[in-house]
Amino acid sequence: MTTTTAPPRARRRPARQALAPYAFLLPFLVPFVLFTLLPVGYAFWQSLHRTERTGGTFGHTHSVFAGFQQYADVVHEPFFGDSVVRVGVFALVQIPVMLLLALVLALLLDSTVARLKRFFRLVYFVPYGIPGVVAAVMWAFLYDPRLSPIVDLLRSAGTRVDLLGSHLILFSIGNVVTWTYTGYNMLILYSALQALPADIGEAARVDGAGGWTIATRIKIPLIRPALVLTGVFSIIGTFQLFTEPQVFRTISTSVTSTYTPNLAAYSLASGDNYSEAAALSVLLAAVTFLLSFAFLRLTSRRQR
Amino acid sequence: MSILTRVEGAHAATKPGRGAPGRLSVVAATGFLVLAACYMLLPVYWLLVSSTKSQGDLVSTPGLLPAHWHLGDNLAALFAQQDGVFARWLLNSLLYAGAGAAVATALAAAAGYALAKYEFRGREAVFSVVLGGVLVPASALALPLFLLFAQVNATNTFWSVFLPSIVSPFGVYLSRIFATASVPDEVLEAARMDGAGELRIFRTIVLRLMSPALVTVFLFQFVVIWNNFLLPLVMLQDDDLYPVTLGLFTWQSQTSRLPQLQTLTIVGALISVVPIVLTFLLLQRYWRAGLSAGAVKS
Repeated sequence: MTTTTAPPRARRRPARQALAPYAFLLPFLVPFVLFTLLPVGYAFWQSLHRTERTGGTFGHTHSVFAGFQQYADVVHEPFFGDSVVRVGVFALVQIPVMLLLALVLALLLDSTVARLKRFFRLVYFVPYGIPGVVAAVMWAFLYDPRLSPIVDLLRSAGTRVDLLGSHLILFSIGNVVTWTYTGYNMLILYSALQALPADIGEAARVDGAGGWTIATRIKIPLIRPALVLTGVFSIIGTFQLFTEPQVFRTISTSVTSTYTPNLAAYSLASGDNYSEAAALSVLLAAVTFLLSFAFLRLTSRRQR
Repeated sequence: MSILTRVEGAHAATKPGRGAPGRLSVVAATGFLVLAACYMLLPVYWLLVSSTKSQGDLVSTPGLLPAHWHLGDNLAALFAQQDGVFARWLLNSLLYAGAGAAVATALAAAAGYALAKYEFRGREAVFSVVLGGVLVPASALALPLFLLFAQVNATNTFWSVFLPSIVSPFGVYLSRIFATASVPDEVLEAARMDGAGELRIFRTIVLRLMSPALVTVFLFQFVVIWNNFLLPLVMLQDDDLYPVTLGLFTWQSQTSRLPQLQTLTIVGALISVVPIVLTFLLLQRYWRAGLSAGAVKS
């Protein structure tokens, strides 16, 4: 490369170079502001206002500032506590089960014990390629007593179960979520395991450590960032739970229109109660954000 | 062994000897992996088998065993239903997800490159806000978006589903990581020396260097849009605008009244799933790139 005198127009370049990053950012930032920040801001604004009519049912509507009244109303609705407790229980049971399964599969595929690794990795990833709605529709048929081979099998084994009844429906939903996302989480953990230097395991093996010790004492602590990431994604997903219950609602009376907070927000919006729907959406987004943030904080502090 | 030269098979290359797994643990591990594989594949197998059955056989024969081959008739019925609305749904999905992901990738590439390779005021602030956007799930935005679009009377339009999907904060995050890693400063400097403008450098050099990463960004966004259910559900009433996921949902929700829709829903689910699963498996390498970038760098 030569360091001779630059061509004369180079003098203008710093200015152009200074503007370039903004020019590259703008095409992303405009839709980002319009379709991510603005809706959140607008939902917040709407959640602070109430629509009132003057002059009877057919009179003009106008919005009135109501402060945090909508939030108080939503929180005091009977469905609010029920749905929050429901996703809370779901999170406490389903997330650990799914992540444990994903972790065990990832460790096995990363170990020297497993055979046919490529095949298994492909198979575990198949469910993630199936859209959530289609997965839920498929499992809905598999649970439906009219068609279900599972119910048939259990019946021939002498047990009668109603997978769509009020006792088992939450478990049935949990199964669909576990089925859909285990492979995805497995792949995140597996990628992290593969990124570890190979000599770590080898050194431990030479020192006489068994597979179990290597996995629990060395590998799992080292992939902690990936585990935290899967944890955060799972928490976000659980508190937004919508698709599966919405699909099961069409075949099971056990799933009410306010089964999860997100479903309740949808029902409020379809009932034209936009203000309360907005309040619930904002509340839900804020809680999800805080929970993930707290989880990140908690797990990263323990690491030090 | 250097980390750079290490390849995927490195673990398996360990010599058998002390600490090599015993036969029992191989059997136990393989058994567990096979069980898990059955769990993952059983519903898919059921879908395949059920797609080949007539409505009568679907109800009367055992779910996991094949009956009379009826797939051709089912397919014909699927594409004939409601004047071929299913083909329309497939096309819509392809348009929402294909065009949406293409635009999203272009925007994310430019933004990620700017955040990675330029020093400018507000860079960290912009990046923090974008990262915050990664943590906001699509389903949390659907209702606020609906409220906003309702305000300007733009719900129930193609744009109400398309426009929100061209925004991919996660794509920007990935693009920034990949631009930092794969676009050397020396190349940019050399191009500037030669008198190339900033836009031309981006179009001819940067995009080419980033292209493997951009495939990953495209795939992620494609699947996010293809899978999005809540947004089209709240936005659209006109079933000519439905993506295939929403269409199948509406059929499934009517099966209690119209049992003959069961077969159509099952075959439709199969048809809608096959292309995406195939792309998935063929392009697995790009997935792993994106997932490991997300997992390792955080």
